[in-house]
Amino acid sequence: MNVTLRVWRQANAHSEGRMVTYQVQDVSPDMSFLEMLDLLNEDLTVKGEEPVAFDHDCREGICGMCGVVINGTAHGRGSSPVPTTTCQLHMRSFEDGAVIDVEPWRAGPFPVIKDLVVDRSAFDRIIQAGGYVSVSTGSAPDAHANAVGKQKADRAFDAATCIGCGACVAACPNSSAMLFTAAKITHLAMLPQGQPERHLRVKKMLSQHDAEGFGGCTNIGECAEVCPKQIPFDTISQLNRDLIASLFKRDGK
Amino acid sequence: MAVTGLILIAFLLMHMFGNLKMFIGADSFNHYAEWLKGQTADGGILYPILPAGWFIWIFRVVLLAAVVLHIYSAVTLWSRALAANPTTYEAKRKLAQTYSARTMRWGGIILAGVLIFHLLQFTVHATLIAGAFEDNPYKMVLGEFSIWWMVLVYAIWMVAVCMHIRHGFWSAFATLGANTSAKARAILNGCAWAVALILYIGFMIMPVSVLFGWIGA
Ligand code: HEM
Ligand code: SF4
Ligand code: FES
Repeated sequence: MNVTLRVWRQANAHSEGRMVTYQVQDVSPDMSFLEMLDLLNEDLTVKGEEPVAFDHDCREGICGMCGVVINGTAHGRGSSPVPTTTCQLHMRSFEDGAVIDVEPWRAGPFPVIKDLVVDRSAFDRIIQAGGYVSVSTGSAPDAHANAVGKQKADRAFDAATCIGCGACVAACPNSSAMLFTAAKITHLAMLPQGQPERHLRVKKMLSQHDAEGFGGCTNIGECAEVCPKQIPFDTISQLNRDLIASLFKRDGK
Repeated sequence: MAVTGLILIAFLLMHMFGNLKMFIGADSFNHYAEWLKGQTADGGILYPILPAGWFIWIFRVVLLAAVVLHIYSAVTLWSRALAANPTTYEAKRKLAQTYSARTMRWGGIILAGVLIFHLLQFTVHATLIAGAFEDNPYKMVLGEFSIWWMVLVYAIWMVAVCMHIRHGFWSAFATLGANTSAKARAILNGCAWAVALILYIGFMIMPVSVLFGWIGA
């Protein structure tokens, strides 16, 4: 199949960007979206042009590096029948001859580094602010030493699947990172190891979230719709419950 | 945002209920209006806990505070969103958001604009089109809603109000932590629809009835 791409090209963080049109020929429907971009880049390299910079690593949907906005939806969720990362989106999701817009995540706290690559270190700083537990580790504990109920264990696991890709921010009309932050909060709040800092954590992570310049959540729901890991929307209410509870704890603890 | 919004929704439900007294008749509606203002023989609402006539002012101060804080939170949220969105997408497709959710901000401005007209009309009596009936709220309401375009203005305004509530009601509960599962989300959204529809029908049935002469004819 053949496709027409309109790709965001931007030389570096300080230059102006624009959409550039490319034709990509002989695309196999079984290629992933990134393999199709590889095809384009080989073509560009042969022609002596600068290849399109895009982030990627695992290419199996678990590392969270590869997000771009495809035809107006993060990770091309609007073109895909199932929740997906960009690397797991396949060209069979598009028609032969399709015109496909490819853009980087757009949010103030995610500045473009080059073309489709954005700087997501704001997420790292939110994690650093409180996404840790301060239990003494040492040798591995007995499996049953800390029993966790099935429901809580499931919720913790569901929330822990967040890969920090940033699609939720990219899709949010407020550029809020609330789903990401709430996934981390819920993950640790469900487990016994997360209890000591539980209420301090929510305050610290939220104030870092705000300090990074992310917007506030207005419960619109675009985030959970594009999330490749289907982080439940209700994690945000969990974050809010912990935040409200923390207001009534001394030192927020 | 959530708390002040829920206060305003509670007020609207009470206000709507009060307006329906128009169907019972002039005495009932006028007595209710005077009772709220502490002008009735028994001293009005909450007398003698409060001196006569104090309730309405305390009520107005609380409502005004709720409105001011609500708008302040909205402006803060909006400016943070603008600051976090320095660039826009060339192509943007919406997957989940409702029309109500998307129009909370501009819709809120329209809503507040007409609210000012509404207060000038029925509370300050400055923009009464059909003439003043100072001490007879019943006749005043009859007069205003005998004008067809007035009913139309209110019908459109109430669409804005009820759309605001459609998203606002669910969003307030989610912010307060009540969205505990996908099922809770569905229930909250269902309640939001119910409250919005009840308010729309409850508010509009009276002006429409006045217009068609079913009341006071
Ligand atoms: C069709 C819909 C509505 C009708 C027919 C209506 C009717 C009235 C009337 C007749 C009064 C004056 C009562 C009196 O002076 O004795 C009043 C007052 C008021 N209305 Fe409405 N109203 C409507 C919708 C709304 C909405 C949607 C809001 C708020 C968002 C609102 C807020 C107020 C406020 C704040 C007052 C003043 C209370 C005070 O005097 O302190 N109304 N309304
Ligand atoms: S919550 Fe979902 S969309 Fe957001 S960073 Fe985590 S995996 Fe990506
Ligand atoms: S490259 Fe790792 S998730 Fe896509």
